[in-house]
Amino acid sequence: MIKPFAITLKPGTSLSNLTGTWRTERPVYLDRLPPCNNACPAGENIQGWLYHAESGDYEQAWRVLVEENPFPAVMGRVCYHPCEDQCNRGKLDSAVGINSVERFLGDEAIRRGWKFSKSADASGKKVLIVGAGPSGLSAAYHLARMGHEVEIQEAGPMAGGMMRFGIPKYRLPRDVLDAEVRRILDLGVRLKLNSRVDDIVQGMQGFDAAFLAVGAHIARRAFIPAGDAAHVVDAVSLLQSMEGEEKPMLGRRVVVYGGGNTAIDVARTARRLGATDAIIVYRRTRERMPAHDFEIEEALQEGVMIRWLSAIRQADEGQLTVEKMVLDEKGMPVPTGEFETMEADTLVLALGQDVDLALLEGVPNLEIRNGTVQVSGNMMTGYPGLFAGGDMVPSERNVTVAAGHGKKAARHIDAYLRGVSYEPHAKHELADFGKLNTWYYSDADKTVRPMLDIIRRQTSFDEVQGGLDETNALFEARRCMSCGNCFECDNCYGVCPDNAVIKLGPGRRFKFNYDYCKGCGLCAAECPCGAIKMVPEEI
Amino acid sequence: MGFQPIKFYQTGTYTVGNRLLSPDQRSVQADEARSNSINSGHRACQGCGEALGARYAIDAAMAESHGQLIAVNATGCLEVFSTPYPESSWQVPWIHSVFGNAPAVATGIAAAMKVKGRTDVRVVAQGGDGGTTDIGFGCLSGMFERNDDVLYICYDNEAYMNTGVQRSSATPPAARTATTMPVGPEPGNPFGQGKNLPEIAMAHGIPYVATATVADLRDLEYKVRRAMRMHGARYIHLFVPCPLGWGTASHDTIRIARLAKESGLFPVFEAEHGEVTSVLKIRRKVGVEEYLLPQKRFAHLFGSHPHPEMVSRIQEIAERNIRKYGLLDEEAA
Repeated sequence: MIKPFAITLKPGTSLSNLTGTWRTERPVYLDRLPPCNNACPAGENIQGWLYHAESGDYEQAWRVLVEENPFPAVMGRVCYHPCEDQCNRGKLDSAVGINSVERFLGDEAIRRGWKFSKSADASGKKVLIVGAGPSGLSAAYHLARMGHEVEIQEAGPMAGGMMRFGIPKYRLPRDVLDAEVRRILDLGVRLKLNSRVDDIVQGMQGFDAAFLAVGAHIARRAFIPAGDAAHVVDAVSLLQSMEGEEKPMLGRRVVVYGGGNTAIDVARTARRLGATDAIIVYRRTRERMPAHDFEIEEALQEGVMIRWLSAIRQADEGQLTVEKMVLDEKGMPVPTGEFETMEADTLVLALGQDVDLALLEGVPNLEIRNGTVQVSGNMMTGYPGLFAGGDMVPSERNVTVAAGHGKKAARHIDAYLRGVSYEPHAKHELADFGKLNTWYYSDADKTVRPMLDIIRRQTSFDEVQGGLDETNALFEARRCMSCGNCFECDNCYGVCPDNAVIKLGPGRRFKFNYDYCKGCGLCAAECPCGAIKMVPEEI
Repeated sequence: MGFQPIKFYQTGTYTVGNRLLSPDQRSVQADEARSNSINSGHRACQGCGEALGARYAIDAAMAESHGQLIAVNATGCLEVFSTPYPESSWQVPWIHSVFGNAPAVATGIAAAMKVKGRTDVRVVAQGGDGGTTDIGFGCLSGMFERNDDVLYICYDNEAYMNTGVQRSSATPPAARTATTMPVGPEPGNPFGQGKNLPEIAMAHGIPYVATATVADLRDLEYKVRRAMRMHGARYIHLFVPCPLGWGTASHDTIRIARLAKESGLFPVFEAEHGEVTSVLKIRRKVGVEEYLLPQKRFAHLFGSHPHPEMVSRIQEIAERNIRKYGLLDEEAA
């Protein structure tokens, strides 16, 4: 039979038509750097651990977290969470409560007794760490897991450094701190307490490298003429003495001089010790106060008073002379010549802290500038094998930065011991807010952590801020937008008009079928988290 | 609102899928085993809303009918780009009718299946806005009036696209096409003309009428599945942007559909037996400019010789829709 031409061909499939040839741009999957990770001083992979917390796998979340930082329960209480300041969700409703989820994971780990996973095989190298503060302990943790033998020598009677002797109990309960320190020591780290190192070069003998992390414990003083009977103490020793048996006697009216977080801590501690009036005297204004705003707010709630634009000129028994200040155009305080007096039983000076550099005397090639030890990009001082970090090197001084220094130093010490140099991975490009398609995220406000009753906050050292429980911690984790990192929402797979996205199955993400992808860019435009990029084809 | 109760799974129910959802809560499109009713290699333009909408809708119908589905297709873009002889992209039993009679052909197939006792086989008819609101209108009205057991899906891209963007009775006011006034005091499609087919379908009192957009997959799948569980004449009007005919970027197809809904210009609702039973509320209200500006077919409303009075007339249309269908929540308003 002769068929008309129109029905001589057998039915075929459109698969023979490779529409990929139309393309001028191709979509590619990529991981971008979430702003939280970028902001974390300890280099935590926050998006990475939230990913596991979202699915309720808290142990895995904790394990990813402690790859970078061994103190989640501490961080979840005292970290100033710069991650949350940078969180893209803050531009949508409010930042993800990263800090509260971190605390939940840390507390969960303590409650369930999770231990660090196995360390690498023993390297046979020995490292000395001077100082058992956050930086030293962090370095000890990372070095021990890398297989090195670690000994910490600590001048004080207990481990923890400023976490114990600087941060009051109402912010960091000591059982939490003890649990996280003990877990590090369980790795086989040797801790020698009450063991001051006077000469580091001599102390290093028998070790292959040393990490110095003695912190900044010497209170800075201002010259204030004081009568014989005036009661003047410094903030560092006051907070230290809180750890002893005998609580310090401060009287009913306590004046704290300074504007940093330590001044706030002292004033809040004074309230709890029974002071009816705890007054902070600061030379500038609230906007210029270096203390974190939420801490100022909490202090004010507890009845701490702040006297702005005032400088203390003279201290006498029960009385201080204060000069009023004004700010010049640069924001610096200028005296006005107007004096007033105020009553005070105790004056506490919280004017900053300096590093005790005595143990470094005579170390060759060491550079000390502005009272801090200079280190190169790999945290090593001018003396080979001697590394330093934490408050004693130039940087912002807080627990998170210190933990980050410990990690960074550990990586470079490890490389130094192996005779190589450590090259960090190149950073991915930033997943800023403009890279996201936030339509796809449900509206969900931040879960606020419970706060202790104000009366108990004024009278006891109970922890002020409560934690999340499992249900709201899970909710909070799921508020994460997974910026820059695929979380397998299937949008690209769904929105492709050409079926050119191949789904590889759970945990394996997707790939493009470039035979048929026409390069329309819908997948990239509709990817909620910015994990797809369009790149021009070479034509 | 009918579809899914709000559950918080990081992205809620707005994304196609989610690793945290249990499999029965996931969309058809998230499934690796979805039927891919229109396969790769079709000749639709980059970012085609109709190709996407048709796969969304027919995959959902396939899932709901357990693969026992026959699709009838009026002439139009969808037919042309999917089936240039001898190739076909369709992976479902599929028949091409002429431009005007897809509803009648579907009626016939439904009747034949009934005679054969194949009650498991369901029939879907589909066409563009031209084939539905203009050329096939008589057949469609007849199909509604007889309450034949067919789900008719109209892919509305608001003009005849494959023949070169001529005006249809679904073209919105002020939109420029090849057959509307290019210049003059009121260029583009005149105000006050055209048909609102979902409302005409409702006027037939048929069991189910719904509108949807390609921007909200979950809502669309819910409506197709719901329609497939009913019998009698059912109608879904699906809003599918056309990058070529509207002068939009190929990656903006879904965003444009979303803006049409969020501005109130395209109300998304369900109706049973002629009564509106639920509406999809506006989530983040936008002015119509935000919808109009990215589209070159409305470019003459802006630019050096703008027509703000026409923009405000379009805004009035949006406001009327919002009032009429109750598109805004009390608190969002």
